[in-house]
Amino acid sequence: MSGAITNLSTENFDSEINSVNQPILVDFWAEWCGPCKMIAPILEEIANEQEGVIKIAKVDVDNAPELAQQFEIMSIPTLIVFNNGEPVKRLVGAQGKHQLLDALSEFI
Amino acid sequence: MSDSHKAIIIIGSGPAGLTAAIYTARAELNPLVIEGEPSSTGDQPGGQLMLTTEVENFPGFPEGIMGPQLMADMKAQAEKFGAIFSTRKVSKVDLTKKPFEIWIGNPDEDSPTHTADALIISTGAQSVMLEVEGEKRLLGHGLSTCATCDGFFFKDKKIAVVGGGDSAIEEATFLTKFASEVTVIHRRDELRASKIMQKRAHENPKINFLWNSEVTEIIGSNSVEGVKIRNTITLEETELNLEGIFIAIGHKPNTSLFIDKLSIDDLGYIKTEPQSTKTNVEGVFACGDVQDHKYRQAITAAGSGCMAAIDAEHWLEN
Repeated sequence: MSGAITNLSTENFDSEINSVNQPILVDFWAEWCGPCKMIAPILEEIANEQEGVIKIAKVDVDNAPELAQQFEIMSIPTLIVFNNGEPVKRLVGAQGKHQLLDALSEFI
Repeated sequence: MSDSHKAIIIIGSGPAGLTAAIYTARAELNPLVIEGEPSSTGDQPGGQLMLTTEVENFPGFPEGIMGPQLMADMKAQAEKFGAIFSTRKVSKVDLTKKPFEIWIGNPDEDSPTHTADALIISTGAQSVMLEVEGEKRLLGHGLSTCATCDGFFFKDKKIAVVGGGDSAIEEATFLTKFASEVTVIHRRDELRASKIMQKRAHENPKINFLWNSEVTEIIGSNSVEGVKIRNTITLEETELNLEGIFIAIGHKPNTSLFIDKLSIDDLGYIKTEPQSTKTNVEGVFACGDVQDHKYRQAITAAGSGCMAAIDAEHWLEN
């Protein structure tokens, strides 16, 4: 399924971020974070509905603390949009679907 | 009546709302639960327990249960009996009309999104912020209202928790798993937290206390670097270097939708009749933290949710 969400690790992060020619939204999350779990189904919906427009990927901070440190994550969920491999937008905290779509309107 | 009309609508989905949903669904009233929208405050689907870890005092779980898991189970139980969920936020209510009118999304739309014969309000409470300089700017950059979400990022760092109640002490204790040192900053000289939580905190070598102290400013350019503190007795001002600060100074009820529409007390909580969940508007019931500033426990919220379901059911029958 092409609308699927990719799991990024320290090893594949750079190559994945640079390999797509569309904006990619990376969700920094963890299993123990309640608000992260609440937005997970919303991100799945957006991945399917916006297939080909914006790609969605996830970083489990437990498995990739180096990435969390590199992007100075101090609160999760944090969503970072990358365009051409560069971080261009950062959203901290969980939010509802339409607020999220509003915040992403410049990319979709 | 159209599909948008329901016999019962429940606004909010913490322990109170979900218990009301279980009971009204089992009574075949097909409740609609408008559960709220994800956020990183207590005002969200599942309520304040979504921001906790282990719940040790909910009866029936001798080994404890994770807060988010307990809420997921309650929701599944309500869905099993036919409760319908909408992951949206109510933007306006009109309680002068019968049936009651409820808007989701744009509150200026002519017609309401839903109408309901009976309404159960269980919108709960959310964290109060300090309202000091630097707080908004540094939220998510070393300043947090969710220890369980963000504690992980403060490994071997020096941090503080502001507050002296159960949630503050629980957070401080939890945060010692990560931080090198946790300072509890409290404006009084004793804690309000329960004895068992106090004992745990006092016995924890990583926790120290700063009494009679108020935070007046959060310092830091890109992330938290420290706080300004004023002693509440001597009024002396000092600075404390920190890399993280967690706010747990209490909660305020989520009642902004109901101001001037329901009877509300001086602290902002919905007033209910004694031994009942009835509000001053017939057919509108309130349960959980939105009407309780005294007990504020998951189990008391659940209990009052059950009362609201039974009160609403009786009201619909008559």
